[in-house]
Amino acid sequence: MKADPNGVLTGTHFLDGDHACCEGALAAGARFAAGYPITPSTEIVERFAARVPTVGGSFIQMEDELAASIALQGGVWGGAKAFTVTSGPGFSLMMEHIGYAAMTETPCVFVDVQRGGPSTGLPTLPAQADMMQARWGSHGDYEIIALCPNSPQECFDLTIKAFNLSEEFRVPVMFMMDEVVGHMTEKVVIPPADQIEVVPRKHTRKSVEDYLPYGTNGDMVPEIAHAGEGYKFHVTGLTHDERGYPNMTPQTQDKLVKRLQNKIRSAADRICMFEEDRLENADVVVVSYGITSRVAQRAIDLAYERGLKVGKLRLITAWPFPDKKIVELAAHVKAFVVPELNLGQMVREVERAAAGKAKTYPVPHAGGGVHNPEEILNVIAEASRC
Amino acid sequence: MLNVVDDTVNPVEPFLRSDRMPHIWCPGCGIGTTVNSFARALIDSKIDLESLALVSGIGCTGRVAGYVKLDSFHTTHGRAIPFATGLKLANPKLNVVVYSGDGDLSAIGGNHLIHAARRNIDLKVICVNNLIYAMTGGQTAPTTPGHAITSTNPYGTFEPAFNLPHLVEAAGAVYVARWTTFHVRQLARSISEAFQKKGFSFIEVISPCPTLYQRRNKMGDGLDTMKYYKEKSKVKNGAPTSEVGLTLNGEIAVGKFVDRDRPDYQSMMRAQYVESLGDRYIEEPEMECVCG
Repeated sequence: MKADPNGVLTGTHFLDGDHACCEGALAAGARFAAGYPITPSTEIVERFAARVPTVGGSFIQMEDELAASIALQGGVWGGAKAFTVTSGPGFSLMMEHIGYAAMTETPCVFVDVQRGGPSTGLPTLPAQADMMQARWGSHGDYEIIALCPNSPQECFDLTIKAFNLSEEFRVPVMFMMDEVVGHMTEKVVIPPADQIEVVPRKHTRKSVEDYLPYGTNGDMVPEIAHAGEGYKFHVTGLTHDERGYPNMTPQTQDKLVKRLQNKIRSAADRICMFEEDRLENADVVVVSYGITSRVAQRAIDLAYERGLKVGKLRLITAWPFPDKKIVELAAHVKAFVVPELNLGQMVREVERAAAGKAKTYPVPHAGGGVHNPEEILNVIAEASRC
Repeated sequence: MLNVVDDTVNPVEPFLRSDRMPHIWCPGCGIGTTVNSFARALIDSKIDLESLALVSGIGCTGRVAGYVKLDSFHTTHGRAIPFATGLKLANPKLNVVVYSGDGDLSAIGGNHLIHAARRNIDLKVICVNNLIYAMTGGQTAPTTPGHAITSTNPYGTFEPAFNLPHLVEAAGAVYVARWTTFHVRQLARSISEAFQKKGFSFIEVISPCPTLYQRRNKMGDGLDTMKYYKEKSKVKNGAPTSEVGLTLNGEIAVGKFVDRDRPDYQSMMRAQYVESLGDRYIEEPEMECVCG
């Protein structure tokens, strides 16, 4: 379906990534947000708080991130598209409810504008050190989807994508921004509403008698109903059967948890998005994401000018990780160079997928700034000689 | 609507998920008794069951959500109130009941309890207070009276306990009552009254845990506890909540302590938006647009 024109601020704007993310959420149909202030993410909900009463919806500032991350899920079951935004310390507090959303298959979006950590770390400075937490932070086995924008324009475009994926797969989607992308201001083009594709909620059309809340018909994503519609359904974070009833047996656990995992894994090729350039004849491929991909671009251009055979793979989807693409490349390139604003997170995935067929060179950075392109260039040069 | 005239059917049965019986509660536990009163309140208040959602946290009382034939949410530990807050804001037409235990609502969820009362969110909170953590084996709760024996205070508790009616009144609740599981009719009446209120309503129900609390404190079984509740309870409608704290073997003040009116969160929100935005304010629509 097309976006509700009420929420779409069509035009050419000069916006920072935080504000663009908010406009993306509104365009995607988000009409409820619950948040708790934290730098450098707060501007997203500040804008939402100003905008949403004029498009039909509400924002509530909760008492902490635990409250915000579950209030938004109450909003979803009440019928709204909903999200919350935070940064590292708040993201840590939200982990239990990311697990709850995964377990109850509540479609929703968690925005994490990453800053330096651990703990309070660097509130106003960038990092990309929550990437593994986004994937593994809640207990138990589950899958999520995570997207990494690298510009304000992508903060708009990919926020819509994040909501669409959350609805299609009934899964919490992590929107992994960073402080620089959140606070950099660039041109953002917001198209007319009739050019914005929005995935509607996978709402059941079954009668009350026939509806099975967690029943699936082959596609692994059950149909949802909202409170107040007469279905009298039950939702629980306990291991549950197709009726949604608690059923704590190894058999039910096996069936449920494997489905939660497989509904994403089996669609990974369709979900994974990346940008590639000059990969055909590359000896070395720079794998990067978020703000680091823009610094890496400079390093790649410099390396190219020096005659090095270097290609680019920019991850737009971090999770599910594009294993297939890395496996393909590992068969004919010498090495991967992986700069990121952490001490080595996504590089582990590259190394795992490459499985020894190509070398992997991390370019770590503890955060608080971005890489100097020279640092990446030097590693590209080193990798080219291997 | 339900046919409750047919006397071959237990009148509360239509409110329960019979296919989930038997329930997990112990013999002598009071939680089932409170559910019975809740169902009777639903009958008495003729509330539209399709507009009613019930939200629980974790613990013995948290299991109520699984047994009632309503839209029901068994959420995470302590977070029933913020979940219910989101549900109510997204769909203001819903009547939202939070049904949970004392540990869930006042310890891990204590922050949410006071903030929901402060905001005066239109929620009906039923707090079954068995004075301990029962599901996990009888540990000390913020409500455990001094000197009571628990699994984590084997020599007797020594922390002061929360007086929940006093806490929620101070935080802003518009309706506060307390009963025991002996007072099944009074409890049903209070729940019905709470449905008539707009705003944050809190009903505490003192309830036995014969398995873990009464046994360890040599207070007998479920029946003995009923006798205790009958003898020691004193109806004190309108009593100052500062004076209704509980002790190990002492009097249990019961009754309706608070019944007042002040604007609820959503009324204040709409008024503020209308004042500031005028015609530009669009009230939350029916949330149908998200479905294809």
